Formats: sequence, structure tokens, C-alpha cells
Amino acid sequence: MRARVFVTLKPSVFDPQGNIVTDALHTLGYAAVQNVRQGKYFELDIDAGTEEEARRLASEAADKLLANPVIESYRIEVESGAAGLIP
Amino acid sequence: MKFAVVVFPGSNCDHDAYHATRHVLGQEAAFVWHKDTSLQGADAVILPGGFAHGDYLRTGAVARFSPIMQVVKRFADSGGPVLGICNGFQVLLEAGLLPGAMLRNRSGRFQCEHVIVKVEHTDTPFTSKCDPAQLLRIPIAHGEGNYYAEPDVVERLEARGQVIFRYAEASGAVASEANPNGSVHNIAGLCNERRNVVGMMPHPERACELAVGSADGLLILESAVQSVGQGTFATPQ
Repeated sequence: MRARVFVTLKPSVFDPQGNIVTDALHTLGYAAVQNVRQGKYFELDIDAGTEEEARRLASEAADKLLANPVIESYRIEVESGAAGLIP
Repeated sequence: MKFAVVVFPGSNCDHDAYHATRHVLGQEAAFVWHKDTSLQGADAVILPGGFAHGDYLRTGAVARFSPIMQVVKRFADSGGPVLGICNGFQVLLEAGLLPGAMLRNRSGRFQCEHVIVKVEHTDTPFTSKCDPAQLLRIPIAHGEGNYYAEPDVVERLEARGQVIFRYAEASGAVASEANPNGSVHNIAGLCNERRNVVGMMPHPERACELAVGSADGLLILESAVQSVGQGTFATPQ
């Protein structure tokens, strides 16, 4: 079972890295890109019987380590199937 | 008195802290490895600057799970003086010993320069020898010192006088121009409610001898010696 965890800064939190990426894209001529928010992406291969179980474990991992609740929030996608077969 | 200097893989100001406490102050000092489970009878703990565990994931996020941190937490919970400097401050935040979190500097740059910090409160074991509103010239060196907490948390910190250091102008004015990283309310350092745990982004241990440009940081470490000597703060074991 594979869980994908997307960690992003809360909307109220200033993102200096995102701003710098925005500026760089503007320098490259992508004026249409109005704003960039940078986050983190984790793939967790989990030995779990059900999607709910995998989601629960991924959520615990995010709460305890992957995200800092002071500044970040996260969302989880779970994909069933043999983890090794998913590229 | 005896200082314990915690060494995480990636700490790089541990020797500076050891030098300042052992050789400049003439106190006892001991390195404590992050996997150790004893503070070797120390009266005060320093979490030094650096890049513990390579700053992987978030600054301090992995260091928080090092075995020594359980011991440091117990030491802090029973009133022992703990000073987190720079990365040590970030570790204290991730460990929940201090509230809030660090963001990347507003400038997007690693800021390495001498700054002026204003001492806001002298009733902590690391500021007892300072004068109220005293200005200290101390270097900073960090990429993530942009202190952030929810507005209600900041309000509570202010109401309880937990903001211990603020970035200031040479005149003493706390202005946004003096803020090197964008931290909320110009916060350069703060303490817990019990006031025995202090975290600060500037490096007092790098400002303990005039030969390196400033000796103002000595006051911070001398405060610990004074506080422990007077028994102002418990030194549990």
C-alpha cells in the first residue's frame, strides 16, 4: 500500500522560498504564474491490510514527524496494490 | 559550575560553546553525545548551533528524537537551565520546549552578520547579569531564523514577558530595518513560562572575546554561572 503525503505551509504562513521561485519564473518570462507555494511530498510504502489502516498510519506519521502543525498542514492520498509494483 | 554541551551529528558550534564556557569562563564543561542518556551531573545545558541531522526534513525535527532530548526535557521540566543557540533554539521549538516554529529568512538568504539585540527581561538564568534594555552586539548565522507563531500565541508570549531578546537598531529602537530575518515582533530569543529554558538565534558563544569582535555574549553565559551559583534555578539530577 502506498500513501502519498503532501505537506504545505498553512495559507497564513509566509513562504520565502515560494516567493523566490515565483520571482525566478517571472525572470524566465512566465508572467502568467502569479504565485508559487512550495511544499514537501512523501511516498510511504506501508504494510497495511486496508486503505483505512494505511491512511491512519500515514496520518500518525504526518502528525508526529512529517509536518509541523505550527506552520504546516497535510493531505494524504492512499493507493492500494503491491507497493513494489508502483513506479 | 558545570555546563553540558549536547553534540548532535551535524552540530558545529559545540566546540565554540565548550571553548567559551571552559576556557573563557573557566567553568567545567562536558560534551554530551546525542545518544547518551546522562547529562554528567551538569548544572546547565547548552544545545549548540549547527545543522543537527543535516537539517533534514526541518531544522531540529529529527534531533528532537535523539535519546538525550528525553533527558534534556526532564532536566528542563524540573527547572534546570537550558540554553538553545541557533540550531539549538530550533531543536527546542521542534521538541515543544518552546512554542512556535522557524521559517526561512524573509530575505531568502543565509544571514551571517553581527546584529544588535535588546535584552527585554533579566529574570532568566541567561540574562540575569544583563541590564534591562541593554543592547548586545552578537553575531547571527542562520537561514531559518524567521520566528513564527500564531497571533494568539505571540500575544500570550508578550503578555507573559517571554520575549527575552529583540533585534534592535544601535539606538535601541526595535525597528523592522533591524530585523535580519523577518521574525514576528523582531523576536530574537524567548523563554518558556517557567523562564528556565531560553532559545536565541544569535550566537553568544561566538562573542566572548574582543579578539573576535565582541565580548557581549559573555554576559549570557556569566548569567548562567551567577544564577546557578545563587541557586536561583534548580539544578536537578
